[in-house]
Amino acid sequence: MKKSFLVLLISTFAPIYLLAQIAIKAEIVYPVSAAPIKDGVILIENGKIKSVGKAAEITIPSNYKIYESKTVTPGLIDARTLIGMSGVLNMPVDQDQLEKSNPIQPELRAIDAYNPEEALVKVAREYGITTIHTGHGIGALVSGQTMIAKTKKGTTDEVVVKPFSMLAMTIGHSVSEKFTSPGTKAKQISMIRSELLKAQVYMKKMLDKDSTKHPTFDLKMDALSKLLKGEVKALITANKAVDIMNSIRLSKEFGFKLVLDGAAEAYRLIDEIKKANAEVILHATMARNEDDMLNMTRESASILTKAGISVSIESGYEGYVPKTRIVLFEAALAAAYGLTFDEALKTITINPAKLLGVDSRIGSLEVGKDADMVLFNGDPFEYTTNVTNVLIDGVVVYDKIK
Amino acid sequence: MNKIKIFLCFLCIGINAVAQQKPVAFKGALIYPINGAPIQNGILVVQNGVILSVGNDEKAIPANAEVILVNDKVIMPGLVDTHSHLGGPEGGDYSNPINPEARAMDAIDPTSDGFKKALAGGITTINVMPGSGHLMSGQTVYLKMRDGKIIEDLLFTNEKGVYGGLKMANGTNSMRSGSGFPGTRAKSASLVRELFLKAQAYKKKMDKAGKDSSKMPERDLAMEPLVEVLTGKRVVHFHTHKSNDILTVLRLSKEFGFKPVLHHLSEGWKVADEIAKAGLQASIIVIDAPGGKMEAINLTLETGAKLEKSGVPVAFHTDDGITDSRLFLRAAALSVRAGMSRDKALEGLTIVGAKMLDLSSKVGSLEKGKDADFIILSGDPFSVYTKVEQTWVEGSKKYDISNPADRAFLNGGYGVFSSDRGEFHHHGDEEEDAKAGN
Repeated sequence: MKKSFLVLLISTFAPIYLLAQIAIKAEIVYPVSAAPIKDGVILIENGKIKSVGKAAEITIPSNYKIYESKTVTPGLIDARTLIGMSGVLNMPVDQDQLEKSNPIQPELRAIDAYNPEEALVKVAREYGITTIHTGHGIGALVSGQTMIAKTKKGTTDEVVVKPFSMLAMTIGHSVSEKFTSPGTKAKQISMIRSELLKAQVYMKKMLDKDSTKHPTFDLKMDALSKLLKGEVKALITANKAVDIMNSIRLSKEFGFKLVLDGAAEAYRLIDEIKKANAEVILHATMARNEDDMLNMTRESASILTKAGISVSIESGYEGYVPKTRIVLFEAALAAAYGLTFDEALKTITINPAKLLGVDSRIGSLEVGKDADMVLFNGDPFEYTTNVTNVLIDGVVVYDKIK
Repeated sequence: MNKIKIFLCFLCIGINAVAQQKPVAFKGALIYPINGAPIQNGILVVQNGVILSVGNDEKAIPANAEVILVNDKVIMPGLVDTHSHLGGPEGGDYSNPINPEARAMDAIDPTSDGFKKALAGGITTINVMPGSGHLMSGQTVYLKMRDGKIIEDLLFTNEKGVYGGLKMANGTNSMRSGSGFPGTRAKSASLVRELFLKAQAYKKKMDKAGKDSSKMPERDLAMEPLVEVLTGKRVVHFHTHKSNDILTVLRLSKEFGFKPVLHHLSEGWKVADEIAKAGLQASIIVIDAPGGKMEAINLTLETGAKLEKSGVPVAFHTDDGITDSRLFLRAAALSVRAGMSRDKALEGLTIVGAKMLDLSSKVGSLEKGKDADFIILSGDPFSVYTKVEQTWVEGSKKYDISNPADRAFLNGGYGVFSSDRGEFHHHGDEEEDAKAGN
């Protein structure tokens, strides 16, 4: 079955995927990992970047199809989104991001719910977002798992980069809105601690050399063990300072890797965040400044970056129109509010690639990396600039002219 | 009513007292007057809250004028937001799908810090609408971003003698169960048609009575604004998204002879020619991505361009809190990205909106005699890197980015905004709205 599918795949896509190699010529190439290249060329072979450099130094083989543009950047990465889980309709039939039967469900896998054909995945792709960190949502203490996927067409198995990336957690009043208990912050933290203590015991028993003493395999405990062992990170949505501190305290007590998500008031806790080695994904600041995000500032990315904290920017989640933000636009705004162009571009390329542990494959234009890139007809951040082409794994997945 | 008039007069005196007696000339900027070609190295002179002159002739600067150099800056009229929920106008109370008697002005907090967002975004004139979710949720109110303690300080009376329109909606937005609400589109239309038939009959009685007050029908708070709609005095601002719902509005307009402004228009691009043929105007929302509700799944940045191509007058709106007033210029810029002309996009932020509110004799362009409402920009209006540096309302500077207290409202930050601004009232229960497809 698998073999015949592969044969079909090769015979269908072979002409474009394997034979027609691609060269990109741009007035400015932004590799991100190195200084911008004026009059640059990128050669792509078999889905990977073969070379990046000055046009004068690279000969484009005659059988290469050439795409030209003003600028080219690496494929953009949305460090945290719910697209593919929370659909465009915003009706129960297409909302799979939050299961409300229990506030702690680390066993829920994103890959079992992700819909690669969701309309918003296409929207993101056409704005140059080639990789997304998506999955379970905001509003439960542990809502479930997250995953990393390319936004190209295909089944979940074909597009997935990492099936289990992080555990999505939330601390803050949005949790208490959705469950009868926890009703308070203190209860929220106590429930998480109780569950992690159980996981510690489970993990310890699992390490016993005598396998007859092992506890019955438990999906919930297994997922939490992965967190405690450092195999996955905790992605804790915490916007208010008090909730950020609660997240840091938890991470210290249980020794898990902490990624602060949303982090609207992170700018108030610079020292604490650095001391805790917590990573930060900032929510789109074009979001409505209400509830826990009341005190967010458009200068967050700039303040944190200047303090030496690596910042990634996410489209995040809101319950209402628009169903998703676009990280390209959000990074542009960060560039208008204190970040340099290069720093802003990093928040949606190499910074999230590192945070997600996939920087060996994506996040910059370097030889050997996946040929994911975005072609623009001007400054990528300008409102009036258009994306002209998007490539994922060396295949043109969007062409504005077509 | 008289009280309001007296108050307004008092207010005029008040404004003259605070605005400059001495003329002020802004010199050196690229001026977009909107009613004509851009003026390089332009000169804008204002005095006593109105514009004295716009041009590039040094001789236009009065001898006693204070001259402010604004080289490398861009000046354009204060922006007109044709649809906003700043100040907490609330909405219908769901007791009834039709509430023409309810006035947004009775709910708004004129001191709301939400209005600071408008000033930071360069908006000087706003149509604040009651929330939707009803066939007719109430009367809207036209506000000028003056300082105000009471709502009367902000009211902006138009050429027709009213300071508001009437908010209507159709499609899934106003369909819900209970309290006489319609469950289908046909029922929605029939309820509205019945209402307008009633209003026509009421108007007939009024016309018949003429000046004989003894023959006047008994006052009816619901009928009065509807009669104003039928006579063209009060404009209907019609929330409508899907193409079939837009066509229903065109049908109602034709049957009852009123000219609504069409609002939002997620699928306006599908019926652009029909809208043009009906001679109606479009106030559109520009949103980063489609979805979030059934009505908006086919929304695209190209709406402005496609309506322009068909010849429909297009203005923009924020629908704040749906989009942020501080990013109003961005709505037009993204429309340019998707093919709208720069000129029409600039008009859509200013004069077209002013016309929709019947306020274009006072605002929407920089012309002699008009209100001295203008903004000073750091660069091109459609660049992401451009900031609104100053916002002037009737000759008074209301926002200055170099003032840290003002700048805070642009950036946000700890304790800057209060949590009870009331912009989100009509989306209070997002999940319920989502289930209902709103």
